[in-house]
Amino acid sequence: MLGLYLHRESPVHRLPAGAKLGGLLLVTVAVLALPGAWGALTAGLIGAAVLVAARLPAGRVLAELRAPVVMLTLLFGFQALLAGGGWEETAVAVARFAALILLATLVTLTTRVMDMVDLFERLFGLLRPVGVNPAKMALMLALTIRFIPLLGEQVREVRMAQRARGVERNIAALFVPLLVKILTMADDLTAALEARGYDPADAGTKNSTQR
Amino acid sequence: MIELRSITHAYGERPVLHDLSLRLTERRIAILGGNGSGKSTLARLLNGLILPTAGTVAVDGLDTRSDGRAVRQRVGFVFQNPDTQIVYPTVEEDLAFGLKARKLPKDEIARRVAGALERYGLDRYRHQPAHQMSGGEKQLLAIAGVLVLEPAYVIFDEPTTLLDLRNRRKVIELLRGLPQTVIVVTHDLDMVRDFDRALVLEDGRVVADGPPAETVPAYIERLG
Amino acid sequence: MLSTRDLVLCALFAALLGGLGMAPPIPLGFLPVPVTAQTLGVMLAGTILGAKRGGIAALLFVMLVAAGLPLLAGGRGGIGVLMGPTGGFVLSWPVAAFVTGWLAERFATNANPIRLFAVSVVGGILVVYAGGIPWLSLVAGLPIEKALFGSLAFVPGDLIKAGVAAVAASGVRRAGILPIHA
Ligand SMILES: Nc1ncnc2c1ncn2[C@@H]1O[C@H](COP(=O)(O)OP(=O)(O)O)[C@@H](O)[C@H]1O
Ligand SMILES: [Mg+2]
Repeated sequence: MLGLYLHRESPVHRLPAGAKLGGLLLVTVAVLALPGAWGALTAGLIGAAVLVAARLPAGRVLAELRAPVVMLTLLFGFQALLAGGGWEETAVAVARFAALILLATLVTLTTRVMDMVDLFERLFGLLRPVGVNPAKMALMLALTIRFIPLLGEQVREVRMAQRARGVERNIAALFVPLLVKILTMADDLTAALEARGYDPADAGTKNSTQR
Repeated sequence: MIELRSITHAYGERPVLHDLSLRLTERRIAILGGNGSGKSTLARLLNGLILPTAGTVAVDGLDTRSDGRAVRQRVGFVFQNPDTQIVYPTVEEDLAFGLKARKLPKDEIARRVAGALERYGLDRYRHQPAHQMSGGEKQLLAIAGVLVLEPAYVIFDEPTTLLDLRNRRKVIELLRGLPQTVIVVTHDLDMVRDFDRALVLEDGRVVADGPPAETVPAYIERLG
Repeated sequence: MLSTRDLVLCALFAALLGGLGMAPPIPLGFLPVPVTAQTLGVMLAGTILGAKRGGIAALLFVMLVAAGLPLLAGGRGGIGVLMGPTGGFVLSWPVAAFVTGWLAERFATNANPIRLFAVSVVGGILVVYAGGIPWLSLVAGLPIEKALFGSLAFVPGDLIKAGVAAVAASGVRRAGILPIHA
């Protein structure tokens, strides 16, 4: 399934997902800890540097950023108008997050979905002591990715049925067949998994379904 | 050999199979019967996907109740709808799924997956998302995902019902060439003409049993 | 421990959330802004799957959004969106589904749509706002009462979604498929 990943030959793209996510976390903490404008400035500079290093088209990056930036600007505008004083402080707060959002977006644009999913699965391994089963999480993530297109189709069908009947009213009545279908699918899928030898009791033990 | 001894199966209160005893020894066996006659229930009993309410099912002497895992290793199962059999997003990963569940070594998995990709003409889809394949290709992948486990028996539950004519023929062709013992639940009477044996179920009872040349006409007559 | 069927149900409801994001937004008649049905999916995950499985379903979904799949309405996704001004509303979904399910397991175990509605409102609206509004306030440097006030515009739409979720969940319960403790 296609993600938001934008392929380029760049050192940023080549960095492992863990390094990028860890870096983002560190920068976020640092920026929020630094006093006011310095945080925003630091994050902004790092963002600009990563943007250049990643060789991403600025237009595409900006398109990703448009929604949050427009929203932040509007909210900020309102406040500046209504509250009058103290807007400098708000400006700094908004700028800080705008810069962090830029950085986060860059991480997403330069990291393949599957690399990120693999990273999550490894992180779940750390949660094993508290009862999290990384192999099961991995299987559920794979199943979800597999079934999103199928359920997208089902939802579209429901919407079409809705339009075909010329009623936009009784939406609930259209959700029931969709849900019943999902629950029937669950039965079939469970049987198929077990028929292929999947046994939840030994998932997560050594050398099992983990990639 | 798969042997059923005095099988009764009920969902809740309602029995759907009544005191069935069968010895399945032939290489090609068909299970025929109308909707709701109990075909899928019977098929699922054969590899321990469901356990009988009463009686025993044994595959080469292994009881589905006590040796479920060993039975499922021996008996593969292909369902009607390929959409709910493909569990991983891409073709290659999906083929590897059952092998990983069986904890085979990595190089053995790679070898078998590569073999299956080639044998079933799936090579060019290798890294492709399964949802972009046609219905026939999906069913081929679903079948390959079972055959790659190298079971001794393969049960098919209406494998061609959702396919168009061309893909139906492809699946029948594939089925013909299998070295395994094959048990097929189907409404496709053409498919079963050269089978060794065909059973006809009605309301959870076997009403005809023998070579298709005899039982298929009997089945058609009962329908009419 | 999660059974095979539990794993499958979690994944299918997570995929449903994704599927709901891919569909064009549902116009709800008299409302000016069309709303996406994704929070409706969160409520359904809770009422139909219960606390644990519903929470896991929403968590799987949020993880895939974070991994960079464009699964949020309008084809948005990625860590940037989650860190953005509305990110808290999405990040709260796993908790929201869990709370909806937890309440449903206690107070809405039959097909009574009123109870299912109440449970969906608390889990699917209150919890989501409780996560989303402070986040919005933090990111946008907005006083919390203003963030709250701004979010009120979405309450009517969310109430309708809770109503739809309640009627749908009630329909499924009446069909007798999957009692909540199954
Ligand atoms: N999981 C189930 N729970 C309850 N009843 C079932 C279930 N599966 C099948 N049945 C019922 O058992 C009967 C036989 O079903 P099945 O074996 O699927 O028949 P067939 O495959 O021949 O159409 C039908 O009446 C069906 O409704
Ligand atoms: Mg059947």
